[in-house]
Parts: sequence; C-alpha cells; structure tokens
Amino acid sequence: MADGHLHRLYRHGDTPVHRLPAHVKLLALVSFVLVVVATPREAFWAFGVYAALLAAVAAVARVPARFILRRMVVEIPFVVFAVLLPFIALGPTTQVLGVTVSQAGLLAGWNILAKGTLGVVASILLAATTDARELLLALQRLRVPPVLVEITSFMVRYADVTTGEMRRMKIARESRGFDPRSRRALAVVASSAGALFIRSYERGERVHLAMLARGYAGRLPVVEVQQAGAAAWARAAVLPVAALLTATAAWLTT
Amino acid sequence: MHVPDGFLDVPTSIATGVVSAATIAVALKKSRQELDEKTAPMAGLTAAFVFAVQMLNFPVGVGTSGHLMGGALAAVLVGPWTAVLVLSVVLTVQALVFADGGLTALGTNILLIGIVTVLVGWLVSKAVLRLMPTKPTSVVPASFVGALVSVPAAAAVFVLLYMVGGATELPFGALMATMLGWHTLIGLGEAVITAATVGAVVAVRPDLVYAARGLQPALVLKGADGSTICAPEPIEPGAPVHGRSPWPVVIAGLGVAFLFAGVLSFFASSNPDGLEYVAGSEGFLERARDSAVGEFVLADYGEVGGVPVGVAGLVGVGLTILLGLALFGWIGRRGSRAQSTPPQPAQV
Amino acid sequence: MTAQGAVPEQASVPASLEVAGLAFAYPDGHQALFGVDLRIERGERVALLGPNGAGKTTLVLHLNGILTAGAGSVTVAGLPVRKDSLLEIRRRVGIVFQDPDDQLFMPTVRDDVAFGPANLGLSGSELDDRVHDALSQVGMAHVADRPPHHLSFGQRRRVAVATVLAMGPEILVLDEPSSNLDPASRRELAQVLVGLDITLLMVTHDLPYALELCPRSVVLSDGVIVADGATPDLLSDPDLLRRNRLELPFGFDPRTPPPTGPPTSMGRAGTVPA
Repeated sequence: MADGHLHRLYRHGDTPVHRLPAHVKLLALVSFVLVVVATPREAFWAFGVYAALLAAVAAVARVPARFILRRMVVEIPFVVFAVLLPFIALGPTTQVLGVTVSQAGLLAGWNILAKGTLGVVASILLAATTDARELLLALQRLRVPPVLVEITSFMVRYADVTTGEMRRMKIARESRGFDPRSRRALAVVASSAGALFIRSYERGERVHLAMLARGYAGRLPVVEVQQAGAAAWARAAVLPVAALLTATAAWLTT
Repeated sequence: MHVPDGFLDVPTSIATGVVSAATIAVALKKSRQELDEKTAPMAGLTAAFVFAVQMLNFPVGVGTSGHLMGGALAAVLVGPWTAVLVLSVVLTVQALVFADGGLTALGTNILLIGIVTVLVGWLVSKAVLRLMPTKPTSVVPASFVGALVSVPAAAAVFVLLYMVGGATELPFGALMATMLGWHTLIGLGEAVITAATVGAVVAVRPDLVYAARGLQPALVLKGADGSTICAPEPIEPGAPVHGRSPWPVVIAGLGVAFLFAGVLSFFASSNPDGLEYVAGSEGFLERARDSAVGEFVLADYGEVGGVPVGVAGLVGVGLTILLGLALFGWIGRRGSRAQSTPPQPAQV
Repeated sequence: MTAQGAVPEQASVPASLEVAGLAFAYPDGHQALFGVDLRIERGERVALLGPNGAGKTTLVLHLNGILTAGAGSVTVAGLPVRKDSLLEIRRRVGIVFQDPDDQLFMPTVRDDVAFGPANLGLSGSELDDRVHDALSQVGMAHVADRPPHHLSFGQRRRVAVATVLAMGPEILVLDEPSSNLDPASRRELAQVLVGLDITLLMVTHDLPYALELCPRSVVLSDGVIVADGATPDLLSDPDLLRRNRLELPFGFDPRTPPPTGPPTSMGRAGTVPA
C-alpha cells in the first residue's frame, strides 16, 4: 500500500533537483525544516519568504501546484486543530470579525499552520523528486544503522507485495460473484486481512530466500556509487542557506 | 496522533528527540538478539502492515487525528526492541516522504507511538501471558489486552508533554479526560485488529510470532522406520503436541470482530472530529463568547459531540467485550480438549 | 549404487555434495525428511525425481543452509553447512528457484546478475566482467540493461540461471527448470545447461528432460530416497514409476537412443523419425 502511494508521490523528471544525489537533498530538507521551525512566529513576512523559496524549488523541479495541493490533504487534521485553537485556548482574548478569541490561541494556531504547512510542502517536493531506491541508498550513505535501512527496504518491498496480493485476492473474490458493496463485504474483507498478512509474508519470504541464496547478509550492495561533488552540495545548500538568512533577519527584527 | 511541526516548543521537542534517539540506540543493540536472517523480512512486513493500519483514521477530541498505532502488534510479532526500530522506521518515512508528522516532531512521535505503545503493549501482554495456559494461541488474548492498554497510555503521555511544552495553555483535567476517553475507544479498535492479526499468524506460522516463542513443545523427529531420531523435552500440560488448528474459530472471530470494528469506525467517521461538529453548530460559539472558554466548552462538546458517538461507543464496547470473552473462552475450551487426546505420531 | 556415465571418482577431489542422514520437520510439526543420504561427485549430472510433497524442495533448501536440519549433515565440496560457513556455501551452491520472479528483484538484468558477486565483495571492472561472462553463458548478454519484467518467461529463466552462475558455484541446483517453458525455450535452456562445465542437480517432473540432461537419477518419496541409478534404468521400471506417481509422456520410450543430429524441439519424445 505504501509503495503504491510512493509511486504516486514520485514525479518522474530530469530537472536539476531530480539529478541531485538523494542524500544531499535529504540533508537540505532537514536543515530547511529546522530553520523554519526555529523562526519566531511573529515574523509573518519570513514565512512568506519561505513559501516563495519552496515555490522556486517547485518551479525548477517542474512540479505543478495542483500536484502539491492534492498531496497536502494529509495536513487537514492539524489544520482543523490550528483553526480551532483560538476558540478553545485560555488566556487574554481579542475580537476578530466580531468573535472573541484567545490571543495566545491565535498565535499558536498560526504557528502550527505556517510551520506545519511549510514542512509538508518541503516533504512533498523531496518525495516528488526522489524515488524509493534512491532514498534507501541515501539512508545507507548517511550511515543510518544498517538494520534500520534493511527494515526500510523490506517495508518498501512488502508494501508492493501486499498490494499485489490484495489485488489478486480481490479478483479471485469477484470472479466468484462477490459484491464489494454488499452488506457482508466488510466481514469478508476483514477476515481476509489475516490471510493477506500470511500470504504477503510467504511471497516475500521466497524473494528473501533467493536473496539469501545469493549471499545477501543485511547490507544492500552499493552497485553504483553516487558521489556528490561540491557543485551538487552548493546547489542543494541554496534553499537552507536562504532560509537561514531570512530567519536570522527575523530574529534580529523581532 | 502524529504531532506536526510547531506543536510543542523547542526545548520539549529536543528533549523527546534525545530520549528517542537514546532508546533507538539501545534497541539497535538489543534487537540483535531478536533478529536473525529470517526475521528481518518479518520486521519489514510488520512495518508495511503497521504503515497500512495507521492509515485508518479516527477523529480525536482535541487536535490531531487519532489512528491505530501498531506498537503492541509489532512488539508481539517481532519482539519489543525490534518493534521500536520498526515503528521508528515507519514514523520516519511518514515524516520524510509522506509529510505525516513534522520532522522536528519526529522525536515526540517516536516517543509516543514507537516507544510508549511498544513498551506498555509488550509489558502488559507478557503479564497476561503469565496468566494463560502455555500454548501459542495464548498470545491472542494477551496481545488484545496489551494493545488496549497501550493506546490510552500513549495519550496520557501526550497530554503530559503538552502541558509541559504545548503551543498554548489548555485545561489539564478536561484535556486528559477527553484524550483518555477517545483513546480508550481507539484502543479497543487497535486491540481487535492486533488480536486478529496475531491470531491469524499464530494459527499458521507460530514460529513467526516472537511472543509465542517458548510456548511450543519441541519437535519429535522420526526415522523412516519409525524410530525416534530426536527426543523432545517433556511437554508441559496444556500444550497440544500437534496444534489442532484453531483456524475455524479464528476466522469466525476475525470476521465478526472486524465487522464490529468496521461498524465502530463507520460510526466514528460519520461524526468526524467532535470539535468540528461542535464548532459548526451555533450554540458552541455563543457559549464561547459567554464564559471562561476552557472547561465549559470542552465539557459541552464532550456531551454534544459525544452523544451520538458515545452511545455507539458504549454499544460497540459492550458487544466487543462480550464477543472477546466468548471467543477466548472458546479457544480455551478447545485447548483443554486437545490436551485430553493422546498425541499422534508424526506422519508424512 | 554407482552412477553410470558419471566422471570417474578421483580420491583427491571432494564430492560436490554429500548429504548424510538428513531429517527435518517444519515448525508446525510436519516432518518432511526422514533420513536422506545422497552423494554427488564433481561433474555429475543428477536428476531428483519424486511426487509432489515428497520433500524435494525441502531437501534443496538444506543444501545452502536456508533450512537447518534437525538431524544429519550436508557437506559441499568438503565444507560442512554451518552458520559460520553460510556465505561460502551460498557461493558454492547455486540454487535457481522455480519462479524466476522470486529471483529477479532489481531494476535491470545487469543489477540482478551483479547482486550475487557484489555480496561476495566484487566491484568495478571485475564485477562487470563477471556479469558479462555469466550473461554470455546463458546467451542473454544483449538484454543486460532491460528491466527483467520486460523479458519473456524463458528469458527470465535464463537470466535467473545467470544470476547464480555469476557467483562461480561448485554445484548448480535447478528447481523445475523446464516448467512453463514453451518448446523452443525448453530446448534453448537445455543447450545452455549442456554447455556448462559444472556439477548439476535438477529437481524435475519432466522425465524426458531428465533423460536428456542427467545420466543419473535419484527418486525421493515420503522423505527418503527410494531409488538411485542410471536414468534410463529407472525410467524403464514401470512399477517404480507408478509407486512414485511418475509418468512418462504418451508414446515416449526411454530406451530410444538420442539422435546424433541437432535436437528436435520436443527433446527426445518419441517423435524422432525412424
């Protein structure tokens, strides 16, 4: 299921952003988010700058706005909370459009909304320009403990296997007259969840056995070494450095 | 309950980050005892399954959406230390690639969903196991209770963290009550799905369930002429020699259990977020204008937003408990029946 | 029982495979092997026959340590299969599983063939040469940069063989190599296998294929070896075949000597013109 989503997250392309080595992009993303979160929330203009920076990256990576907006659905729950915070928070109140709201709540709501949204968009841009295999190699490059990389790579693999098995089971059910909208549908599908787990495991186990049979011992062999030259680092650094400059200005002026 | 960026203040985020990182470091060392070359793919599949299961969203009273966590499930399947790694991987990928949960809140999310649920789920499951007969199917009720308790436990820790470093002040008593209430309900759903999955796996491949290790009798190996090649350790009472398959019971239990979980979630999602519902109705806004916002409002939506859901919740809770008792009693009776029949020789 | 047509025993060269008293039961209690003894010398080509459920695949999974025996031992070219020798064992025993899709999991054919030797520590031009040699041996060098799922089934089978050959094994173990292959692919695979200078163990239901490629056959039934001898002899024993649910294709005569000309598309089935 996750890999099915992963396919939808990745947007194939050949832009400078796509060509950057994955581990460089990952570090750039993390530093950018750190800077955004550390920015004082009262500096409203700074967040405008951040949004513009991300828009620039999206333009270079040729990721359309509609693509990003559709994937921002994931943040709806905390948007709801951020919007409601002014109504349920305590503390001194103020009037906004005739409604009494908490001042602290307003600021906190804005804080969550702005920083959360920027983080979400940055993640979407990373996922849109990096495919799963590159990400795994990036983790390995960044010296993430091998066990964690191994679990991640199996997770990606199994997500694929699971969706495949689900599809096969669905076809088999419906070929025998099963109506997915009938009342007993939920019970039938639910009882097949356990079977799905076992089948996915045993199917993936066969691939794993084949890997073991060819000497696999936990570490993905790095067949192509993606060296990141100074130019690549420089290009990736543009985003976090620009953000840092903005944040510094924000600290100094508030 | 994936906490986003900016929810908790910087010192709290850093503190939780440090605690999480330290725990992961310990887990990396300890998991080597649990993981061998064949259980690594099991960890990956558990991660994929937890990933999928976490997509089922329940609304939570205050703030971010609540959903199934999977900590207890992972702990029972692959062991507590590996489960910490599995959940950490899931949460990190969600934060990095799926933008679910803030990157700076990763420490918090790992602490709540990857450590507290795993720890509580594991300890409670082990405690329940000690009270059950020594056979592999005992992990099913044990994991049910473990999952049930793990979710409100994580919610309680979340409230404590929020009181320390939350973005703004919210009334503690009401917040704790709301969160615990909702998360006990979520815990029930989590318990049902955990027990169902563990039951399905243990019925077919008990060797894959970490918590079931040591509950199976040793295998007897025979030669072609019937002579014994390997003699087993003495079998403890209550242990069926060749596990009579509880498949029919498990499938029936799964089917009905999921039907009820499905009913529950249907109810839960048709009345989305209690807060939204309440905010939408005019009465809420009027009262907000009148009095000290906190207690009254929250108590109010607990009633207004809670009435339809609460009733369904009560009904669902009651039925699930009755069902669970019936199911586990049934399994227990089958187990003692198997005990009374003499063990059959291994035949091909 | 000595194997006919095999390379004469040389005392100095250890047997490629030596299985002694192998017994194994699955975790759910089902015992699959009841004491298997098997010895295969370097250069021999042996077919492993038997009905479904006899334990053939279980036996094969013991040969490279994926399954650990409950009793008995497996030794490959003098090296016993143990937890500390697994990497070398897996280099020496090359298993080609029945479903090539289980074995081809990398983005390109080249990556898949390189996976094994890369795990052994090879890299750079040495790795590239190894990959090229293996693919050439199976006649698939021209598809090196294509994704495996774009190839036909027969081509995927051959690439799967290449992924294993790239590790330089001592013994090649094939699980149902001719299943689901069209007649032309079946012949092409036979030609590849005939041309390899390697010890061969082939698990198969395809009796004509066994006769064509393996001078010696072993029959596994109910977890023990019930017959071990020259393939034509075994296939000419109707009682043995019937007891073990083995059947010859209609009209096939195992005593027909193979034609000296180029092989026909159906191997040695009795369609050879007199």
